[in-house]
Amino acid sequence: MSDLLEIAGLTKLFPVRNAFGRKTGDVRAVDNVSFAIPKGKVYGLAGESGSGKSTIARMIMGLAKPTAGDILLDGHNITGETGTRAYGRKVQMVFQNPGSSLNPRRTVGQSIEVPLSAHGTPRSEHKRRIDELLEMVQLPTDFALRYPHELSGGQKQRVAIARALAVAPQLLILDEPTSALDVSVQARVMDLLVDLGRQLGLTYLFISHDLSLMRNFADTVGVLYLGKIVETGPTASVFEHPQHDYTRLLLASVPVISAEEEAMRPRIPLIDGEIPTAEQLIALRLNAAPVSQRTEK
Amino acid sequence: MADALLSVRNLSVQFTTYGQTNQVLHGVSLDVPARSQIALVGESGSGKTVTMRSIMGLLRTPPAKVTGGEILYDGRDLLTMPDRERLKLRGTAMSMVFQDPMSSLNPVFTIADQMGTILKYADRRLGRSRNGKERMARVYEVLGQVRMRDPERVARSYPIMLSGGMRQRVLIAMALLSEPKLLIADEPGTALDVTTQAQILKLLKDLVEERGLALLMITHNLGVVRETSNYVYVMNKGVVVEHRPTAELFEAPRDDYTKALIAAVPRLTGGTRFGAAA
Repeated sequence: MSDLLEIAGLTKLFPVRNAFGRKTGDVRAVDNVSFAIPKGKVYGLAGESGSGKSTIARMIMGLAKPTAGDILLDGHNITGETGTRAYGRKVQMVFQNPGSSLNPRRTVGQSIEVPLSAHGTPRSEHKRRIDELLEMVQLPTDFALRYPHELSGGQKQRVAIARALAVAPQLLILDEPTSALDVSVQARVMDLLVDLGRQLGLTYLFISHDLSLMRNFADTVGVLYLGKIVETGPTASVFEHPQHDYTRLLLASVPVISAEEEAMRPRIPLIDGEIPTAEQLIALRLNAAPVSQRTEK
Repeated sequence: MADALLSVRNLSVQFTTYGQTNQVLHGVSLDVPARSQIALVGESGSGKTVTMRSIMGLLRTPPAKVTGGEILYDGRDLLTMPDRERLKLRGTAMSMVFQDPMSSLNPVFTIADQMGTILKYADRRLGRSRNGKERMARVYEVLGQVRMRDPERVARSYPIMLSGGMRQRVLIAMALLSEPKLLIADEPGTALDVTTQAQILKLLKDLVEERGLALLMITHNLGVVRETSNYVYVMNKGVVVEHRPTAELFEAPRDDYTKALIAAVPRLTGGTRFGAAA
């Protein structure tokens, strides 16, 4: 199967400046990250705040410029073209908080119309296409006339999905799409994403810190820590046999609701009776075991 | 249960906004015995926060109005006791750990200032007195109890100088200042990373056990319920739909809403199928 998206050696440095504006160093927000997503599959990027997961999404969307590395879409190197209209027809994004990613002064229909106009859908087609998109995300077509404040969180996220699908993209970047939603609403939005993926043959880049959700949605998962992918592989095998200390700590930290889940969580040694931080744990292990015994990919 | 430390009985609350009255709580009852770990779980709009606010006396009236029921603390009804009496209990006998460590701390005062002020007023309400030095000694002591490695440095810091996990620890320390018997925690750690949240939950659990406190954990996260409580109340639309020992609830939920809620939680072991075709 061919890869729709391929990321090779992607790196982003942010300059650190002193009080006088002189550059004193760099922060490696994303450090030599490589992965590929086959057509129609879901790649999950798991990481905590500061891991670089959103910066990767922003670079793929063309909202930030990579310091180094390549982004290939359908085999073409498009590193310089991200952010162009032609690119925007192929790659779209659904943001975390639908409350702030929808314009409160536009009706749902007007919001969905923006990408239609921008990408040259004839005006006469707009109404039909908006209705079609609303049906796709299982909302009544008369929602086109409503404003975001009249909608629930789940409904708003459906509108955001409809807007992202307006230009019929191939790749959808989902940045924590359900983290603002109640768990029962989250389940319905995930149902929708899975169904749409099948119907439209979409490829997803799924960014989340929710490992339980990741386990049930992503085909392949990459665990990000301090800008690096520390572990990657088929989701089931990474979750069942985590190799890297950070992956183990992440898994050990998830609050779970059954004994079976509890049994699969790795045991993490306590330091002074407390759960160690990632830095502490990794420092501890580095002292205890030679680096070569640890899997780094 | 007559011997419960906190007992909410048949609490009904309504809100009136723009001339429209909504019944938000319909006769909620729950018990928090001394030294117990109780969870109150529900999704947004379930009434869990209104219940918590009623207990703490933080409801704004109007628009809110308690239309029935009682909230007994140590056998005395908080709703009918004089404000002065109630003030003596709030923040002293029962304390709250708030959710958002960013917005519950004042950015322009040091941690020592903020904790010192809380302690000063708590002392005043209880008719105790302590000089500045004694107060600081107590602040350092409590910061040590929440496992801060260098309490004096933390006390000198402004909130922005601390990480999210440290700020959440400070909020817990604030709640412990005047040695409460009951700790009410409103989604602690939700705003934090999962590894930090795990640390905070373990800290809370350890503290509650070490110090013999009662814990009322308000949360929407069923995983947090299982990790931190041994008895749970499930709320939906202003009603307690089910209450059981926590282990039993997850083994065999009885209420349809509880069942649906548990079924909606994705499992770390996999096997949660999303999509209509599944």
